[in-house]
Amino acid sequence: MKPFQYLRPKTVQEAISMATDNPGAQYIAGGTNLVDLMKRGIASPPKLIDINHLPLKKIEHRYDRLRIGALALNSDVARHKGVVARQPLLAQALLAGASGQLRNMATVGGNLLQRTRCSYFYDLALPCNKRQPGSGCGAEGGVNRTHAIFFAGNGFGGYEASSCIAVHPSDMCVALTALETNVVVNGPEGERRVMMKDFHRLSTQQPELDTYLRPGELLTAIEVVDNAFAKHSHYLKVRDRASYAFALVSVAAALQMDGGRIWDARMALGGVAHKPWRYWAIDLMLRGQAPSEKLFQEVAEHEMQSAEATAQNAFKIKLTTNAMVAALKTAAGIS
Amino acid sequence: MKRQSWDNPSDTSLTRVDGAAKVSGGATYSAEYAIPELVHAVLVTSTIAKGSITAIEAHEAEAAPGVLAVISHLNVMTVPGWPAKKQPAERAQVGTALRVFYDPLIYFDGQPVAMVVAGTHEQAVHAASLVCVTYRKESHQTDFEKNAGKAAVPLNVQRSGNSPFKDYERGDAAALRQAEVKIEAEYIIPTQHHQPLEPHAIIAVWEADDKLTVYDKNQGVKSVQGQLAQAFKLPRENVQVVARYVGGAFGSGIRVWPHTLAAVIAAKQVKRPVKLVLGRDQMFTSVGYRPYTVQKIGLGASADGRLTGIVHEGTGQTSMYEEHLERTVLASRALYACPSVLTRYRLLPLDVNTPTWMRGPGDATGMFALESAMDELAFALKMDPLDFRLKNYAESDPERNLPWSAKSLRECYELGAEKFGWKNRMQAPRSVRQNGMLVGYGMASSLYGFHRHPSKARAVMQADGSVVVQSATMDIGPGTGTAMTRIAAKVLGLNAKKIRFELGHSALPDAPGQNGSSTIPSVGSAVHDACEALKNRLAALAGDMEARFRSGGQAVVRNGQLFASEGDKDGLSYADILKHHHLNELEVTGESKQGAERDQYSMYSFGCHFVEVQVGELTGEVRVTRVVTCADVGTIINYKTARSQSIGGVVGGIGMALMEESVMDHRFGRYVTSDFASYHIPVHADVPPIEVYYIDKPDMLADPIGSKGLGEIAIVGVAGAIANAVFNATGKRIRHLPITPDKLI
Repeated sequence: MKPFQYLRPKTVQEAISMATDNPGAQYIAGGTNLVDLMKRGIASPPKLIDINHLPLKKIEHRYDRLRIGALALNSDVARHKGVVARQPLLAQALLAGASGQLRNMATVGGNLLQRTRCSYFYDLALPCNKRQPGSGCGAEGGVNRTHAIFFAGNGFGGYEASSCIAVHPSDMCVALTALETNVVVNGPEGERRVMMKDFHRLSTQQPELDTYLRPGELLTAIEVVDNAFAKHSHYLKVRDRASYAFALVSVAAALQMDGGRIWDARMALGGVAHKPWRYWAIDLMLRGQAPSEKLFQEVAEHEMQSAEATAQNAFKIKLTTNAMVAALKTAAGIS
Repeated sequence: MKRQSWDNPSDTSLTRVDGAAKVSGGATYSAEYAIPELVHAVLVTSTIAKGSITAIEAHEAEAAPGVLAVISHLNVMTVPGWPAKKQPAERAQVGTALRVFYDPLIYFDGQPVAMVVAGTHEQAVHAASLVCVTYRKESHQTDFEKNAGKAAVPLNVQRSGNSPFKDYERGDAAALRQAEVKIEAEYIIPTQHHQPLEPHAIIAVWEADDKLTVYDKNQGVKSVQGQLAQAFKLPRENVQVVARYVGGAFGSGIRVWPHTLAAVIAAKQVKRPVKLVLGRDQMFTSVGYRPYTVQKIGLGASADGRLTGIVHEGTGQTSMYEEHLERTVLASRALYACPSVLTRYRLLPLDVNTPTWMRGPGDATGMFALESAMDELAFALKMDPLDFRLKNYAESDPERNLPWSAKSLRECYELGAEKFGWKNRMQAPRSVRQNGMLVGYGMASSLYGFHRHPSKARAVMQADGSVVVQSATMDIGPGTGTAMTRIAAKVLGLNAKKIRFELGHSALPDAPGQNGSSTIPSVGSAVHDACEALKNRLAALAGDMEARFRSGGQAVVRNGQLFASEGDKDGLSYADILKHHHLNELEVTGESKQGAERDQYSMYSFGCHFVEVQVGELTGEVRVTRVVTCADVGTIINYKTARSQSIGGVVGGIGMALMEESVMDHRFGRYVTSDFASYHIPVHADVPPIEVYYIDKPDMLADPIGSKGLGEIAIVGVAGAIANAVFNATGKRIRHLPITPDKLI
């Protein structure tokens, strides 16, 4: 690990000033990802700004939304009564991620900002456009069993398939995407709210960038607006072992049902793209319909038409289809 | 031959004698010795798979804070036991262990090319990142499938007239072709790594110019002592090796690897004690692995289920500079009664580091294939897989035409089947569903050859009647000290608390390394014999005291006392015997080795596993939900630690079957799964209830304690049983491990 300077701001404003005044400096919270990256020489910030003691841990329900501080621990959020009651999808996704020990350290903000676990990104001896822009994507012609199957989407444009085929590793973010969460960000130009769909980037010309955060900006909270999905939501994670493994594919499915019919539907997929992948058309396809395996199969296959496999991950197209069907069935309560 | 069990039920078992120390931080592992003046080393490893080093730019590293030296082939000392270097360097002959920093040649990705020594570990890590190595690359071959055609009879076999790895044939080679029912299939296991949680580590201390002590993670202190003495041309006794605690090894610590030599070299060059701990990623290329192996099996049977022919061919990968041979195809010769058997074993040299023995070496690999094939043939025959095995039960060793010294495999099958409820299994795949999951049941047999090596043990009785027993044996996790304590306690009629067993130091009496399930038969026998000798000495001394002890051979021991006969009510305490003779201590050393019985009997451990799996029909995820494992390994010395060992073997088998796979990007010849995020081993949630049963019948032909060793057989066959259960659940036969979701959807 390269030597670095440790800074400890007293307030959010001081933290932001430190980050603004020290280009290259990084915030550190739980450190469950950044410390690994530093040990391996993938990240080498000259200065670390420790934000752990800033007052950003609170989880509260105000007006029409659940507001969760960026420093709230993954484990605290997952077992918070308000979260479990109002947004069970989020609690399920959190518990599907990492291990108990990691969840006790990792924060909501850190979870949003964790970096891909692509092996090429992690190995300095191998090419990686995300780690070293222009060096090439090691995974594209290499070992890509766990890599992306969705690339372009929804008018973002400018996509270059070969720039990076890594996937976003978070489970929590998949649920947050389905729940249309807002991310509250504070920075040199003040506070702003970013919708989940606009928070992470697809792999465009700049795969080294994971998000649209601006220099110096600090995550302070997330906000989940109340919804009617609590009774019919399910997070399904398919992985190579029973726990403590990143998703091959994950599905956050949320339905609003009444009188045996679906009246609102949201879905996001994990392990399939450079960011949590939102299935935008699902609401249109399910609204007003009675749930059935056949319907869910059609709906799943529809979205998979735009999927594109690399050499070793063709199985993900079928697996994602199956996982969508399974998650929808569970969410809808049909077996 | 049945005699009263040593240890059943479990509540009479000894709890691990060093358990409290291990869980409370009281046990000192190799990297944890507080040595004055200690400095820290970090290896720099190659990033190409084949070629040579053209330059090493180390100025920046040498100038970094705390750095004492950057050692490479450019400035390394001459290792006196190694041949003089050739100029220009020539590629090593097959059979040469990799000599670290010897010349600029690169044999595999991850090979040590330099080592930084610094005041702290952090300084060494940082400086290592500043060392810049440039290479001249040569094209490499690491892809087994692409190079399969280059597989050949091992040189080892070509050079030796009587290798067990020679092609083998009995009966009629055409039998398989003419069989009424037959199957032929190819089975693949990928490269898998031991990855014990404790990484390999060493502290090397030159006590004087010609005196070396190493605190080294390994599985055999005497073997490390011998090899270091040879390399540095020192008298054996000038080298001491300490490894009192080992945090798992599974075979990775049997050999002396390049990093061990590197640390010893560095300590000599910087004239300070040097500590080297391998990084998790370095563990993938430094201490061996279970080799990628492709097997072809053909099995034929008569319509009523009698095996008529077995053909088993196996090819394992090895390095370009060494051959690693293992028993991959050997089980097929001995396990079942079959008149015609043909086996062939080949090696495929690639630009990789040398594989090594990993728990159940060869047998775990070969039995995955054989036991999968047996299941396939049973299915083709429409026979229950267990009935099929019973029908082909070998009453004597069909390979060597010798009687078994003991074999209770039939009892294993019966007990395992009963405890598991095997009779309720449906033969047709996809018959059972639970909670939306497909449920399947599978079983497999296991066997493992018996290994017993000459071993010594010293037993020293103290004035208070307590005993210290010593042997240079090891404990890589099974609980050696506990088992030896139990043997000594049994022979001497002493409470286990009055016995202390010492191991893991090369100054102790000679013992083999801990491998091949040989520790209990070898060292256990030596401890038994030493304690018997001690008992006889005590009886002789007692005879000097009282006439009733002079009858000879009748004395019995209980509660630290000697009695003249079974019915004798008045005993003489050991302490009193020593006191009477003015002895402060009483010492005997026993040596134990195999006799001629090895040539008259065939000796194996046997066992079987029954497995239940659940498979997500849509997701392809396999969860093992229940395991019953049953072993016939002779006497169970200490049930509690034995059970742990069996459980560990099953967990290893779950990893082997469902998740462990070291994946290489062959464009670079480099692993891309070199951490625990991508190289999956089972976590708690993958481990179901595991029921362990033993036949516990002594095999007194094997050794004086009737015990045959358990460590290896615990894993052998598990992967096959799981694959068979997956077939029963899904109707899909997965012949290429690991069985991941992509293969089942």
